Amino acid sequence: MNREFTEALKKEFGNTILDEITSRNETYLTVKKEANVKMCDHIYHHLDIPLVSIFATDERKKEGCFKVHYVFSIDKGDAFIIIKINVDEKSPKYNSITHKIAAANWYEREIQDMFGLVPAGHPDPRRLVHFEDWPDGVYPLRKDFDINTKPSRVEGEYVYRRVEGEGVYEIPVGPVHAGVIEPGHFRFSVAGEPIINLEIRHFYTHKGVEKLFENISLDKAVFLAERISGDNSAAHAVAFCQAVERIAGVDIPARAKYIRVVLLELERVYNHLGDIAGIATDVAFAMGAAHANRLKEEILQLNEKVTGSRLLRGMNAIGGVRRDIGDKKDEILLKLSEIQHDFRELIEYLMSIPSLVDRIETTGRIYNDIAKGLHVVGPIARASGIDRDMRRDHPYAAYSEFNFKVPVQKAGDVNARTLVRADEVCESIGLIEQALWSLPEGEIKIDISEIPDGYALGYTEAPRGETLYWVMIKNNMIVRCKVRDPSFCNWLAIEYAVLDNIVPDFPIINKSLSLSYSGNDM
Amino acid sequence: MTVEDEVEIMGQRLNDKIKKIFGRSLHIREVDAGSCNACEVEVNALSNPIYDIERFGIYIVASPRHADMLLVTGPVTRNMELALFKTYNATPSPKLVVAMGSCACNGGIFGDTYASGGGVDKYIPVDVYIPGCPPRPQAVIFGIMVALDKLPQKMKKTEVKP
Repeated sequence: MNREFTEALKKEFGNTILDEITSRNETYLTVKKEANVKMCDHIYHHLDIPLVSIFATDERKKEGCFKVHYVFSIDKGDAFIIIKINVDEKSPKYNSITHKIAAANWYEREIQDMFGLVPAGHPDPRRLVHFEDWPDGVYPLRKDFDINTKPSRVEGEYVYRRVEGEGVYEIPVGPVHAGVIEPGHFRFSVAGEPIINLEIRHFYTHKGVEKLFENISLDKAVFLAERISGDNSAAHAVAFCQAVERIAGVDIPARAKYIRVVLLELERVYNHLGDIAGIATDVAFAMGAAHANRLKEEILQLNEKVTGSRLLRGMNAIGGVRRDIGDKKDEILLKLSEIQHDFRELIEYLMSIPSLVDRIETTGRIYNDIAKGLHVVGPIARASGIDRDMRRDHPYAAYSEFNFKVPVQKAGDVNARTLVRADEVCESIGLIEQALWSLPEGEIKIDISEIPDGYALGYTEAPRGETLYWVMIKNNMIVRCKVRDPSFCNWLAIEYAVLDNIVPDFPIINKSLSLSYSGNDM
Repeated sequence: MTVEDEVEIMGQRLNDKIKKIFGRSLHIREVDAGSCNACEVEVNALSNPIYDIERFGIYIVASPRHADMLLVTGPVTRNMELALFKTYNATPSPKLVVAMGSCACNGGIFGDTYASGGGVDKYIPVDVYIPGCPPRPQAVIFGIMVALDKLPQKMKKTEVKP
């Protein structure tokens, strides 16, 4: 599949392609710096291949330049095309592609803050990760920046978009919210109750994770990956481990793959149950919320019994899993069949309450073109008619061996997102049953002591959507680890979802999108 | 012993203590100073029907101005420093501060870097530390109970004698 695309690209852009490397299902094309906009535009709009990540690397020591990578995902052929450009340190500028591909917006601003590479022509060149008190000319992900540096605080002001007019006023919310949620700032412009504009401002929880990866050993890095977005621990850990395992060129034991599927799906079940509980809470339907929360807690307790951690932490390792769950098989199956029974009853009940359905139907709509343009991922994309799922399109672990459906809805409202999640819970339980019924015998982990120098992608479909890692290793140390959490793609969609909705519906919309602040800010 | 039994026993002890000290419920404001959201999962779990801590006289409030105790999670990121100070100053004295989770205790895996502050007690005084990544709900209840013992002493300190 990759061949076909590369040949087509070569025909179109033959003289601008400088270098081509293919390994596994990833094809890296180095192109001339000036050709990036044309090339990406062609792949994205003409070939209709989504842009899934943009990241930079500092390779000044070896190659004398920075590199910017554009990752495209060919879903129909389980392949990735990565376009690379070289950016010189002396003129750290390259052409922005945001005016052609809206999904590139935050990536380019992130690279600007972390590497000091300027996307020329970006429509919104404000800072993203760093706040106004961050000094100019300090770029944490450059190799010459020491992780323990504490840059001074300088004076500065962040300018919000302004909406003016008769009766228009602003409601600032956060970073410390009224509920037990993570910090972030929302600025609403409203006239009466309807929201005219929402501007979100994040990165309050920026902890320097990507820099930290470069300063710790590989074993410890798995634990760090688990702590990027706490409720998606397993998905992050598996994505990271898979990237390293691909670099090492090893195939982990089948039993480990099956156990990983069980862990990933348990995580999806408890996350979706929590989201459904949250939606019920936010429409003030406490009874429904209590039921859903009770089911979530039962899964968390099951997690603890099976893995020793309520959030499935410490289970994954490079080369497999650290603990066998075969002896808990019957217990898991019994519990899940009870939960499935109760859950079906609960959903049927919830959807029969008119005052609940009335609040969620047509609320917080994300139209298909917006979702596609921003490259929204996961259940939110699937509720807006985008039929993508990494488990099916880029099978990993043991997913290619199981039967499961990918539920898709068209309406794009809170109701559609709830229904997608409800269907996914049942599919996930089905997947866990299939994996446990046919759990293969054998080892659960292989030892990988030496990892050759190299780089690779690792990916999973987390409960929130596609999670992407790109890891580069040299001398058994991580040189660069780019993490793309699903929330990084989905956050901007909320600015569109709330338009024309009333302020009291914002919590439901926010909950239905189930966004991680920590995964986004890192 | 089941989880329910554990919670019941601890919860009753907690309830007695709260009644004795406050004569009303204990108001807690949770502050996320940059956690990975795992601690939030567990704080939210405290309100589910299995733990249901409201029945023991613990109420999670929406504003620091209503709070007797701050429950702080996360290593305190550079970008959350100011918000944490403002929240602390908005809480009326005498106030208790509980650092929840490994990050809040000493920075945890995120340590002390350009972006991560390396623990809550570097910024505001902490009364009780609850280690764990994340701590189980039972541990959080126990931590709150330990913190309550520190309150009478604090009240004496802030008393003004004529």
